[in-house]
Amino acid sequence: MTTKEKFLYNITSMRKSWLSYLFIAPFMIIFFTFTVAPVLMSMGLSFTYFNMFEPPRFIGWQNFINLFFWDEVFLVAIQNTLVLALITGPVGYMLSFLFAWLINEFPKFIKTTLVVVFFAPTISGQMFVIWNVVFASDMRGYANSILLRLGIVAAPIHWLSTEAYIMPITILVVLWMSMGTGFLAFVAGVTNVDKNLYEAGYVDGIRNRWQELWFITLPYMKPQLLFSAILAITGSFAIFEVAVALAGMPSTNYANHTVVTHLVDFGTIRFEMGYASAIAVVLFATMVGANRLVQRLLRKVGT
Amino acid sequence: MVATKSRVGRRRMPPLLKARKPNRSIRGDIGIFIFIALVAAFFLLPLIFAVSNAFKPFDELFLFPPRFFVINPTMQNFRDLFVLIDASWVPFSRYVVNTVFLTIAGTIGHVFLASLAAYALEKHRFPGRQFLFAMVIFSLMFSGHVTGIPNFIIMTWLGWIDSLASLIVPAWGAALGLFLMKQFMTQVPDALLESSRIDGANEFWIYSRIVMPLVKPAWVTLIIISFQGLWNATGSTFIYSEENKPLPFALGQIVAGGIGRAGAAAAVGVIMMIVPLAVFIISQSKVMETMASSGIKE
Repeated sequence: MTTKEKFLYNITSMRKSWLSYLFIAPFMIIFFTFTVAPVLMSMGLSFTYFNMFEPPRFIGWQNFINLFFWDEVFLVAIQNTLVLALITGPVGYMLSFLFAWLINEFPKFIKTTLVVVFFAPTISGQMFVIWNVVFASDMRGYANSILLRLGIVAAPIHWLSTEAYIMPITILVVLWMSMGTGFLAFVAGVTNVDKNLYEAGYVDGIRNRWQELWFITLPYMKPQLLFSAILAITGSFAIFEVAVALAGMPSTNYANHTVVTHLVDFGTIRFEMGYASAIAVVLFATMVGANRLVQRLLRKVGT
Repeated sequence: MVATKSRVGRRRMPPLLKARKPNRSIRGDIGIFIFIALVAAFFLLPLIFAVSNAFKPFDELFLFPPRFFVINPTMQNFRDLFVLIDASWVPFSRYVVNTVFLTIAGTIGHVFLASLAAYALEKHRFPGRQFLFAMVIFSLMFSGHVTGIPNFIIMTWLGWIDSLASLIVPAWGAALGLFLMKQFMTQVPDALLESSRIDGANEFWIYSRIVMPLVKPAWVTLIIISFQGLWNATGSTFIYSEENKPLPFALGQIVAGGIGRAGAAAAVGVIMMIVPLAVFIISQSKVMETMASSGIKE
């Protein structure tokens, strides 16, 4: 087909499929209005000075220059975000696969209970504030009381206002909440692996559960691996609520200040919308870049 | 009684320890069991503390050394919570109604629009479908924080600031729901739809009477994901009038009341947790069926 024929063909088939377009229209209109258009608007606004009162004023690359060369807090935020994402992303992802795989052979009732137990922290709303009690700065916090009674420390530790402890505690709590939708996808995926494959693998000389995992289970679950990876990466770069609930905003010496915290600070407290949009664009590029990279790596699993 | 119990226990043991498939060692199984038990304790204990705290009388909340479990359980914290709530100048029922309304409206709309679009994207062939679906997958790669600021501007243009629509309508177009729904619909055989078309059924009839009943597990999943998000929505960026605020916001105010409200705050956590958890427990087997098809095919 020539280009012109192709074009005409497309037009006629589009006209024939009006009903399909009608079906997708309501969802797509909302999706474009609240997801696609905002991304483009963020990109546009990132080149402006905008405070919601005056119309946006074009200032070129100035926001990005300020962000990377003059905003020391942003550089701290980027560093923290990378640390959090590089630890909680892969660890949370691998743990959720590991748990899904390990509980698969338990009797059904135990397995179901364990799925609920692992998933509960994720869906129980603001329950992560209980960690503020565990790591409370007085002797009544669980962590302090145990250390005091064992005689390891002489005075209560100010866990959530001491720079050195804030990040490890944040990582711990984020991991506690990392068994989310991706974990459910893994549980379902492991359950559905064709049992005959394992028998065949045994005949072909697979001798232990680890070989079975690498040569049968993992390759079979590639679709779930890709899907959960997206959720894990996006989630690990978006850590914000938990960090603020634990250590406040701003945290001591910005110890767990993330890119999203910085974005919220400029967007909803200082109303520097242009600058906040530039932060959003950096966040967008980081998330999408990391996702693309990992997708490419994961396609190699089992090959 | 004890003897019966242990016999039941022994009867259940074999599938776990003895009747093994090839490639499993008993030592490995025991190791895994202990490992998983420890991990499960790490996930569960904080939630148990939280629930236990909600039933502690005030003096027990500030005991040294702190007790993990409540000694004299009391409903006092829940009673305090309702007293506090009665004292607020917008009737508390208003917050409950707001949250229940926005959760139900947002969830029903999302399941309907996402499944309608998923049906067309999966079962119809039309120009642009691959591109649109690629956009949906792409949008899973960044979080809502990226779009927060422009969304505020868009809400202003639409005049939805300070209205529940600002929370409900965007939830209808959540990409994750469309994605899961479409992946699940690949299991619906095309031949079934084709034979109904030959019998003269129209597309909406096929969608609502044939496809939807077949993909029930997928709706349940969408309901849970959407429910969980909306139930916890505080609406703090878009909603300013007290009478339009949802429940988590009002409860957040109580929690922010400081140390004197520690008991009421613990009660708040339990109340907010119970509803989504119950919804998940009731429907979890359906969720698993959907998740099995959630993968991204190459």
